[in-house]
Amino acid sequence: MERTTLDLWVGVFVVGGLIALLILAFKVGNLGGYDGSETYKVYGEFDNIGGLKVKAPVKSAGVVVGRVSDIQFDNKTFLALVEMRISKRYLFPRDSSAAILTSGLLGEQYIGLDAGGDEANLRNGDKFKLTQSAVVLERLIGQVLFNKAGEGGDKKAPAQ
Amino acid sequence: MPAENLVEISDLSFAYNKRPILKGINMKIPRGKIVAIMGLSGCGKTTTLRLIGGALKSRSATGSVKVAGQEVRDLDQEGLYRMRRKMGMLFQFGALFTDLSVYENVAFQMREHTDLPESMIRDLVLMKLHAVGLRGAQNLMPSELSGGMARRVALARAISLDPMLMMYDEPFAGLDPISLSVIGNLIRHLNDALGATSIVVTHDIQESLKIVDYIYFMAEGVVVAEGTADEIKASSLPFVHQFVWGEIDGPVSFHYPSPPYRKDLLLETAHAA
Amino acid sequence: MPHRKVGFGLRSIGHTVVNGVWRLGYASRFFLLTLVSSGASFRRIHLTIREIYFSGVMSLIIILVSGLFVGMVLGLQGYETLQKYGSESALGSLVALSLVRELGPVLAALLFASRAGSAITAEIGLMKATEQISAMEMMAVDPISRVVAPRFWGGVISMPLLAAMFSAIGVFGGYLVGVVFIGVDEGSFWSQMQAAVDFRQDIVNGVIKSVTFGIAVTAIALFEGYDAPPTAEGVSHATTRTVVTSALVVLGLDFILTAFMFRGV
Repeated sequence: MERTTLDLWVGVFVVGGLIALLILAFKVGNLGGYDGSETYKVYGEFDNIGGLKVKAPVKSAGVVVGRVSDIQFDNKTFLALVEMRISKRYLFPRDSSAAILTSGLLGEQYIGLDAGGDEANLRNGDKFKLTQSAVVLERLIGQVLFNKAGEGGDKKAPAQ
Repeated sequence: MPAENLVEISDLSFAYNKRPILKGINMKIPRGKIVAIMGLSGCGKTTTLRLIGGALKSRSATGSVKVAGQEVRDLDQEGLYRMRRKMGMLFQFGALFTDLSVYENVAFQMREHTDLPESMIRDLVLMKLHAVGLRGAQNLMPSELSGGMARRVALARAISLDPMLMMYDEPFAGLDPISLSVIGNLIRHLNDALGATSIVVTHDIQESLKIVDYIYFMAEGVVVAEGTADEIKASSLPFVHQFVWGEIDGPVSFHYPSPPYRKDLLLETAHAA
Repeated sequence: MPHRKVGFGLRSIGHTVVNGVWRLGYASRFFLLTLVSSGASFRRIHLTIREIYFSGVMSLIIILVSGLFVGMVLGLQGYETLQKYGSESALGSLVALSLVRELGPVLAALLFASRAGSAITAEIGLMKATEQISAMEMMAVDPISRVVAPRFWGGVISMPLLAAMFSAIGVFGGYLVGVVFIGVDEGSFWSQMQAAVDFRQDIVNGVIKSVTFGIAVTAIALFEGYDAPPTAEGVSHATTRTVVTSALVVLGLDFILTAFMFRGV
């Protein structure tokens, strides 16, 4: 059995396919980004998570540092309990805060972390002390209208 | 103790979709001889060949087909394949593997069934191709061959493992007179050189009479006549006479069995009304 | 007279159904037999490599060209829509997600069915019509393990590689139109893409899809060829059926797989 040009072409084909898979994994996907196995869990309680979903990114200063791994409703506190897995490469002070933010006007929701100033770092199983819930459009509009109404009342008051 | 007859068929009947093809035929194919099975198209001769090769799963067959003393029907897949390694078959139009070269076609069985080194395969392939006069065509593809050449390559492929039984399915169909004689001669020479036994299914009476030892005539699923070439030529049986001389009418009618002509036509008019 | 027609209609429906179920059973048995007889495809790997050449390498051009154009169209259309909402930076994730999750596996499978699947059906159908299959059986060589199984594995191995190349070159096409021609910011194109595309969720699932489609398309093509009536008409009908059945099965399977894979995300 000798080598033929056919073997060469099949070799080129297989290598090309594997390279395409690698491109998809590292360039298109986030396999190089954060490693799913080397993570620690932290929790955050929110009044309202809006449209946050499992697998949504957890970012700090715009960099993806982890993912939302679980979302549950706590029937005692009536709050949403969000479990996040943060890459072990990134450590945050214990008094850091978590906020649910939206990328772009209609973009997906993610969790943004703001680092605090504590000496000690968050450890596996810790809970964020300070959280900020998602902005819900209806409440936002309601707030604006309420403020407007308040302003209107203020303007009318001196006229009286 | 080698039986005198390599193939023995006794009282064989076979039906396809309840349509009887074979109705109790008896044949004996002696070792070392070339036996022709002749008859009109659709008389059951190819079916007989397929039953010998075990190519038809013969649920609806009764009677017995023995090859080298072994009942073909009793063989399982493995036993059948073991038996077929000692058989060679030439198909009607050669049935060469169109994706393999002439060389690879002849080498096919050696590669599949043996662990011979490449150099020995090469020698064997060239010997077989030389025997059919096509050593120079080893690198051609089957699509580049004429009908007669393809048939000869197929013949070289069929004898590649020196079979003890050669079966030819219409080896002369569609060949020009020269190729026809070439194939006829090859069948005779290869049979004698290999010490094999051959069964030739054909309706080419003139060519067969030149090369075969014994002839069976079949019509509508039964053996109607048998004998050596000379006996057949001298036969006074009306069917054999009609066949040998190619007469239009005789015991074999020109018309396919049908209801009376007038009745058919009258029925037509009844429908139209 | 009319009820006789109804009876005839019912009988023909029943006949079609029974025939279809019968054929499905036969096809399943054929598929299992192919799997069982696959030993030789790996022991004599050059048989399979040859088929990877015929089904994979020969489909390469059509896959790469189609992938590039699909990616470019995605770039163009995606930009048109996204810029209305001022989020053209999401173009990268739109192009990549569409390709990796859906268009790559599905379109590559459809192209594979019409390029390689039809060729497999025609080849096996013709091998049968010209008695090559019977000849092989008479030479005590099992055509399922010598002819069918290597083609099956050749197709199953080629398909995910083709789909990956389709997606990769499609992403490049989207990049070409979005970033090079239109001028979307290159950094946000790639970063949005990488943030949105998850390895396990999107890429691995895409590969699983393409392997499934590869199995389905190749098995259908082989069965149609093997089951084709050995005439010119029979083979041409079988070839058509391969393409039509493959397309329907691929799209149907895609729906089922998508429903399982991306539920609730």
